[in-house]
Amino acid sequence: MPHEMTRQNPSPDSGDGFGAGLTNAAESPERPSSGAAPEPAFDAVLSPGAAKAVAEAGRDARSQGQQATALMQGPSRAGLPASASGVPSQPWLELDALWIQVAGTLCNLSCTHCFVTCGPDQERHAMMTRAEVAARVAEALAAGVREIYLTGGEPFLHPDLEVIVEDTLAVAPVTVLTNGTLFTERRVRWLAALTRSARHSLELRVSLDATQEAAHDAFRGAGAWARTIAGLRALEADGLAPIVTLTRPQGMDEATLAASAAAALRVEGLSGTRLKLLPMFALGRELTRLGEAPAPRSLASLPAEAFDPGRLQCGRSRAVTSRGVFVCPLLVDEPGGRMGDTLREAARPFALVHDACVTCWATGMSCAND
Amino acid sequence: MTDARERVALFGGVYANLEALAAVLTDLSARGLSRCWCLGDLGGFGPDPEECVTALREVPVPTVQGNYDHSIGHRLADCACGYTDADDQRFAQLSYDFTDAQVSEASREWLRSLPAEARFTLAGRRVLLCHGSPRRQNEFLWESTCSDAFLERLCDQSEAEVLACSHTGLHWHRVLPSGRHVVNVGAIGRPAHDGRPGAWITELSAGAGVLEIAFHHVAYDHRPLARRMQAAGLPAEFIETVRTGWWTTCFGNMPVRERLRADDLRRAPTSAG
Repeated sequence: MPHEMTRQNPSPDSGDGFGAGLTNAAESPERPSSGAAPEPAFDAVLSPGAAKAVAEAGRDARSQGQQATALMQGPSRAGLPASASGVPSQPWLELDALWIQVAGTLCNLSCTHCFVTCGPDQERHAMMTRAEVAARVAEALAAGVREIYLTGGEPFLHPDLEVIVEDTLAVAPVTVLTNGTLFTERRVRWLAALTRSARHSLELRVSLDATQEAAHDAFRGAGAWARTIAGLRALEADGLAPIVTLTRPQGMDEATLAASAAAALRVEGLSGTRLKLLPMFALGRELTRLGEAPAPRSLASLPAEAFDPGRLQCGRSRAVTSRGVFVCPLLVDEPGGRMGDTLREAARPFALVHDACVTCWATGMSCAND
Repeated sequence: MTDARERVALFGGVYANLEALAAVLTDLSARGLSRCWCLGDLGGFGPDPEECVTALREVPVPTVQGNYDHSIGHRLADCACGYTDADDQRFAQLSYDFTDAQVSEASREWLRSLPAEARFTLAGRRVLLCHGSPRRQNEFLWESTCSDAFLERLCDQSEAEVLACSHTGLHWHRVLPSGRHVVNVGAIGRPAHDGRPGAWITELSAGAGVLEIAFHHVAYDHRPLARRMQAAGLPAEFIETVRTGWWTTCFGNMPVRERLRADDLRRAPTSAG
């Protein structure tokens, strides 16, 4: 394993209103840190089939001269203020969305800006088994979860993804976040049939990082744009309407970028896609791409009366990986991001100490579909 | 037998469509539904927001406040519908500015005064009416984006056995594992993206041990409406929707399940009519 995770607050839950609604939960006190957590068991080992798929998919990226070494560095600690004092704490409200890092940190691409440093050689967070996912979904349903997001890494590298999606979709709406490069004809047919027959929505979020091929491929590797566009076309041909998630460079106007994206997709013959813009986060491999740590930012100067507990998604969602429960899908490698072994343990306030927290606050962004 | 039952009609999303509202009120009368509630959003889309407010006040129809009513009532900058798509926002703003220019000060005051929720019992069942969700006026409760677990939680938190909402514009009904009901009454001002011009209303009917929820389609002559929309300078896209029954704008956040259902219906040789 390339690095150590930092954990805190592993103390057992004392029953502070998890899933019990807004009033109780919002009053739950922040629990003090109480020593080191036990190392979680890494029993969700990659199956031989999955390993092969990853290796094959990853070969492309490596042969194209991707700087895979940088992504071996693991989590970054830059952007974290020295002290959390005075920083607002996001109260826990209720569980609307659960993010499940089903593919772990494994990905067939090694994007130069990946906020969670995923890639063909990244096994910091392991793939989760069908049983692990089902157990997490059951835990979330008990808290009244509204919807489930499946992410990674690249979820379509998971050998059991289809059955995991089917299991989950039977009980909750599901969104799969993908780079869109692994859609085979058979898989698109399966997606289209399932989307039509399921009671809940099965949404697909496909990532783009620019509205032009060269700029996108600079992030994702040569040929990535063409493969993703081909994937989007295949989905649209079968009547699906994926959500394109486009990263927005800092300083770029949202309306301008949205118009540019719509035009670019039209040129590619795509008319039925929806668009979601995401800010860039100074996290993971993006820090390496930037070349220098961003100037420290903090929410400490935010006046207490200006803090809106409904603004950030971390009041109503959590992320799980093979290594436990985290505050959000972005901070799975950051100090303090891990909140416990169970969703119940993680149903507590979170001090907004990270640079990513400042980005979320400033942009009002949510990882959710709407 | 019908007389022994308690009945109430619900409808939402008037969207400044006076033709639809008049047809719905006539239909309710014909059905003997003397009790009814409106679930909000009186402005937007259509040409007659002020007339719709006046009509509801005169009947009177008790009304729960929608996000549109809140925004117009408080002179906010936009409808707070929560659209994320740029085109949707443009069309929504156009509707909003049109509505804002039409509504009188007296109507604004009334819109401001509307309750965010209403409660009553129907044959002993606790019914809660809201616009978006019990917790947020502009939350979209689409049929396909709500797990049973989530809806059970909303019923728990709001202490409702029947939870009725609107806001999405598409009607649906689900009986939860606990036996409680969640119903989205859809909208009357804009067809339900099903190729059927007209309006949809909801009837709750309860007797000993049984609660029935039925949706009724109410047809109306959309030609005068289309003419009025044209004369008011409203977009051709809106007029197309009232004529065809298919949405043309403001559905960027419609989930894929509802989209495909509509697409399949549209392609079907015997399109529902």
